[in-house]
Amino acid sequence: MAEWWAGLSAQFDLNFIQKDRWLSLLRGLENTLLITFFAAIIGILLGIIVAAVRTTYDNNGENMKYQKSIGYYILGFFNVICKIYLTIIRGTPVVVQLLIIYFIIFANSTNDILVATLAFGINSGAYVAEILRGGIMAIDKGQFEAGRSIGFNYLQTMIYIIIPQVFKNVLPTLLNEFIVLLKETSVAGYVGIMDLTRAGNSIRGVTFSAFMPLIAVALIYLVIVMLLTWLVGKVERRLRKSER
Amino acid sequence: MKKIIALIMVVAMIASVAALAGCGNSNTAATEAPKPVLTMATNASFPPYEMKEDGENVIGIDAEIAAAIADKLGMTLEIVDIEFGAIIAGVQSGKYDMGMAGMTVTEERLESVNFSTTYATGVQVIIVPQGSEIKSFDDIKAGEYKVGVQLSTTGDIYATDDLADSKSEVVEYETGNDAVAALASKKVDAVIIDNEPAKSYVAANDGLVILDTDYVTEEYAICVAKENTELLDKINAALKDLIADGTVKKIVDKYITAG
Repeated sequence: MAEWWAGLSAQFDLNFIQKDRWLSLLRGLENTLLITFFAAIIGILLGIIVAAVRTTYDNNGENMKYQKSIGYYILGFFNVICKIYLTIIRGTPVVVQLLIIYFIIFANSTNDILVATLAFGINSGAYVAEILRGGIMAIDKGQFEAGRSIGFNYLQTMIYIIIPQVFKNVLPTLLNEFIVLLKETSVAGYVGIMDLTRAGNSIRGVTFSAFMPLIAVALIYLVIVMLLTWLVGKVERRLRKSER
Repeated sequence: MKKIIALIMVVAMIASVAALAGCGNSNTAATEAPKPVLTMATNASFPPYEMKEDGENVIGIDAEIAAAIADKLGMTLEIVDIEFGAIIAGVQSGKYDMGMAGMTVTEERLESVNFSTTYATGVQVIIVPQGSEIKSFDDIKAGEYKVGVQLSTTGDIYATDDLADSKSEVVEYETGNDAVAALASKKVDAVIIDNEPAKSYVAANDGLVILDTDYVTEEYAICVAKENTELLDKINAALKDLIADGTVKKIVDKYITAG
């Protein structure tokens, strides 16, 4: 037992204390959080835009087509763009997207973290868009009709009646998406970014011990996700108060 | 009836666990079996030492020397392509019999595994774009540059150590190819990598040159788990013969012309 303990503490010393290796984990964590946070923001913005275009088209397309308004063609055009975006992003692995953006699209950029943030944000946006669209479509059609019948226009119905309900409904799924996003950033190492996973791998590469660095990295991810879950749980409880 | 079925299942489970445990044991005794398998772990992105032909079979200097060794030992060679950083841990745990990936003997690595005699000499060089202001490693150390390396390779280890107090930073890529691609698009200012793959990379990319001043000279060897001294002795004996009869030189010359 004592021997086992001594071995473990020697491993701990080798993997984290010597040459201040824990510092690289800290820097990696910083990059991971940075990328995840801003990618989530980009994802939400993109998601809202795409979901708005897609649902507006689905809800009003028929009507506008009947009226032969010019808006129908503009909306239809953006709807097609959004559909292409969703197909490409959801149809290819995030690592491949990251490599394409890093080595081809932004080949001349030297700000690695910004490029990675964009890549993950663009990726996340597609999933957020579909989550939001699902949330909007799940609201009973009667609510749209009720809104319209009391004199709201389409936008007002959306803002005052639909969106507040959508937000409450999609929160758990959105959280899920951001948890996935956080963990997906672990492939940022592919483009030479020192994220949390890569920091662990780097330590592994010089100390040749798998246990300590990997478990440490796993624990850090786990703690972040647990914190996030707890936080969103609180928000959900607050939102549910209005239901009574 | 149910009890009988449960009993049969318990027996089956115990038997399967025992069979699995047996597998673990047979690994060490594998060398005595009629035509045993010699598993070699490598990272096939290090031309000309190891690379993948048509994306499937691993070829290169290491693969051919390993095949020659396996031949001498009367074993069948099986090559596994894994991440470079995972090779030593895999060999250490007995998952693979040996690791051969243009691997340099370092003190840190010697703490985890044993190394055979060297079969090739590698030189770490610095690749820069044509007309770069970097003329030697000292320039990198004095200035503020980004240096691309392949994760966990000797170039990475040396550069990370040497640049620890410098303003320049080391950027670690998954493969040497990625590091060179980053250099070609000016994401990094220099790439430190082994001489032989460096030549292939420079030949494939216009506007890149290898600096005349070498960074580090190192010797490549095969790593074997510490407990497995029997295999190490056999490999060393085989290598000795292969070096003596010129097979190793022939293989190296085949891949590296006018070295």
